[in-house]
Amino acid sequence: MKYKLGTLAVAGLMAASPVMADLVFPSLSYRTGPYAAGGIPFADGYADYFTLLNERDGGIGGETIRVPECETAYNTEKGVECYESTKGEGALVYQPLSTGITYQLIPKVTADDIPMLTSGLGRTSAKNGNVFSHVFNFPANYWDGASVAIKHIMEQEGGSLEGKKIALVYHNSAYGKEPIRTLQELSEKHGFELKEVPVDHPGQEQKSQWLQIRRDKPDYVIMYGWGVMNQVAVQEAANIRFPMDKFIGIWWSGSENDVLSAGAKADGYKALTFHNVGSDYPLYDDLKKHVIDTGKTAGAGDQVGTVLYNRGIYAAMLVAEAARTAQEIHGVTDITGGQMRDGMEQLEITEEKMAALGLPDFGPEFSVSCDNHGGEGFVAVTQWDAEAKEWNLVSDFMQSDQDVIQPLIDEDSKAYADENAIEGNC
Amino acid sequence: MPEQLAFTIEVFMNGLMAGVLYALVALGFVLIYKASGIFNYAQGVMALFAALTLVGIMEGQVPFSHLINAILGTEVHHFGWHVPAFLAIVLTMVVMIVLAYCVQRFVFRYLVGQEPIILFMATIGLAYFLEGVGDLMWGSEIKTLDVGLPQGINVWIDEFTFDATGYGFFIDNLDIVASIVAAILVIGLVMFAQYTKQGRAMRAVADDHQAALSVGVSLNFIWILVWSLAGFVALVAGIMWGAKSGVQFSLSLIALKALPVLMLGGFTSIPGAIVGGLIIGVGEKLFEFLIGAPFLGGATENWFAYMLALVFLVFRPQGLFGEKIIERV
Repeated sequence: MKYKLGTLAVAGLMAASPVMADLVFPSLSYRTGPYAAGGIPFADGYADYFTLLNERDGGIGGETIRVPECETAYNTEKGVECYESTKGEGALVYQPLSTGITYQLIPKVTADDIPMLTSGLGRTSAKNGNVFSHVFNFPANYWDGASVAIKHIMEQEGGSLEGKKIALVYHNSAYGKEPIRTLQELSEKHGFELKEVPVDHPGQEQKSQWLQIRRDKPDYVIMYGWGVMNQVAVQEAANIRFPMDKFIGIWWSGSENDVLSAGAKADGYKALTFHNVGSDYPLYDDLKKHVIDTGKTAGAGDQVGTVLYNRGIYAAMLVAEAARTAQEIHGVTDITGGQMRDGMEQLEITEEKMAALGLPDFGPEFSVSCDNHGGEGFVAVTQWDAEAKEWNLVSDFMQSDQDVIQPLIDEDSKAYADENAIEGNC
Repeated sequence: MPEQLAFTIEVFMNGLMAGVLYALVALGFVLIYKASGIFNYAQGVMALFAALTLVGIMEGQVPFSHLINAILGTEVHHFGWHVPAFLAIVLTMVVMIVLAYCVQRFVFRYLVGQEPIILFMATIGLAYFLEGVGDLMWGSEIKTLDVGLPQGINVWIDEFTFDATGYGFFIDNLDIVASIVAAILVIGLVMFAQYTKQGRAMRAVADDHQAALSVGVSLNFIWILVWSLAGFVALVAGIMWGAKSGVQFSLSLIALKALPVLMLGGFTSIPGAIVGGLIIGVGEKLFEFLIGAPFLGGATENWFAYMLALVFLVFRPQGLFGEKIIERV
């Protein structure tokens, strides 16, 4: 009897204590709800990359990787619950893929000594690592996107935007409003007129907004949308015959989901990106061999090579390389959240490194430091080919206007530091 | 014609068209509420489910394919055929009738005589259940719905108004089609209710369940009929809205657009849904154009629709066309 009780007690303890010998990268995914179409490919890509590392390389530095998935349905409260329920498993980094969840997690991850990566989303001023010690947003942020969109338009217009009119169609939320300040500064600098056109959630009905655009006749439209807002906007733009090559979406408005429903009329629509498109990379051969053909994909395997799947792959690659860096710095393979943070802060992504990983030219080169958690802000432009049903990169990775953006980041992060009595980490 | 006046007329006309689309969603709510006193929270999800089923049938998609493949280790996704739009609509309607039967047989039959709040809660459960089943059956990716409806600017109106006023009005062809369909739908529903035996039975049930039962009207049959009709209206709404944005899970949120219409038009009147839709459509679009965008920063339509409905409620709590409830002590 004592033996049985002892066995039960040991079994209970084993079940209750977290599995310690893995590298744990929780995935706060959304595979259900109105934004599932965007959440699924990202979550698939994120999980498949780690599966590949486990299957092909035996993990990172000999440590296997575990990706516990928690469904948020793109709901901020559920996202926080997911964070609380998974952090005890030895979580090393979070990537919430939601600006709302990001804002809620900033103080939590800082207190729990777990880093958070918010590539292309979240609080832009988190780039200032001196204030936001545990938040990273490399390789690019919303303001980089706004700046590069203007840079691209300037190129199209022969170098001057004097007297031009640019409309910003944005999701009427904290996310959608992010680029306004930057665009206002840029409009003063370059002499163009900025028209702000908000669209309320979810954005299923946008007739008023596009009638306004038809009346105002802007030369270009920039869009910061997500979910159904994107598809409706592309359709309405086509309906009023707005030239698609003068319609530029942020990276959250530039996936196959956003253009397919408009059919041929979406041809020429442009979107920004901080990573490359397509699946013509050596890494995808390995993915096919070790993950897809063996039936180990996270989803149905039907998202491979799409824009958001690639973003999931890219996000996982950045995290994996940061973990590798952390292992090198600290001389241990079984790293902690704090050590992972150090790895992220010393991450350097070079073309040589990406080529070695099987992803040549997949993203911009960048380096992270204590002061700079956001990289150098390189962004490229893609364009939709409706006939081939594919996105193509139509520009090089261009650096955003740091003269405009850096002061805004300093100002916003200083306000946060004052509010939260943060003295500085660097 | 002064430019501002031309813009205002254009906004007014587009408001009418938008109102018709809102009314299409509201109609489904009215049908069920009128016949059974149930506020069907699942109406938006029914539109989504109907549109998902329509696209799935048209594209020859194997229902529950992800589930089947996961369990059996197979790789089946498509039957390999494409079904013409008309036939697919008919088949989808069959699915909606089966759904109506199941809803009545497995849910509401056991809730007869319960408080309205219990019935309402049951429809919330139904909404989540249907959303999950829709996801399992057809997947959650965005689907393109092409049943051959015209979309884009109506060139004739554009040119005609340009010649007449110096400014070409924008009217979407899809909105024109939606208006015609809505008109046919309303006329059809009214004729059905007035001139058919089942329609009269439906009205009798709506009037008094007990009295209808006492003269031999089958409550079960009428409620299946009403849920089927609501399913048909949901299918029409799903087609119209799905053609604009693709069929995706946010389609269920169109129900939010119907609520102010119901508050304004009344929960029990089919013409009320149409008139309410038109008032909300025109009201929110004109407010956005004349006040919202120039003075309040825009994006006023969502809250203005509810505010307008609330103002009406102050003066007519039962809505414009709703039945006045008189309770004697």
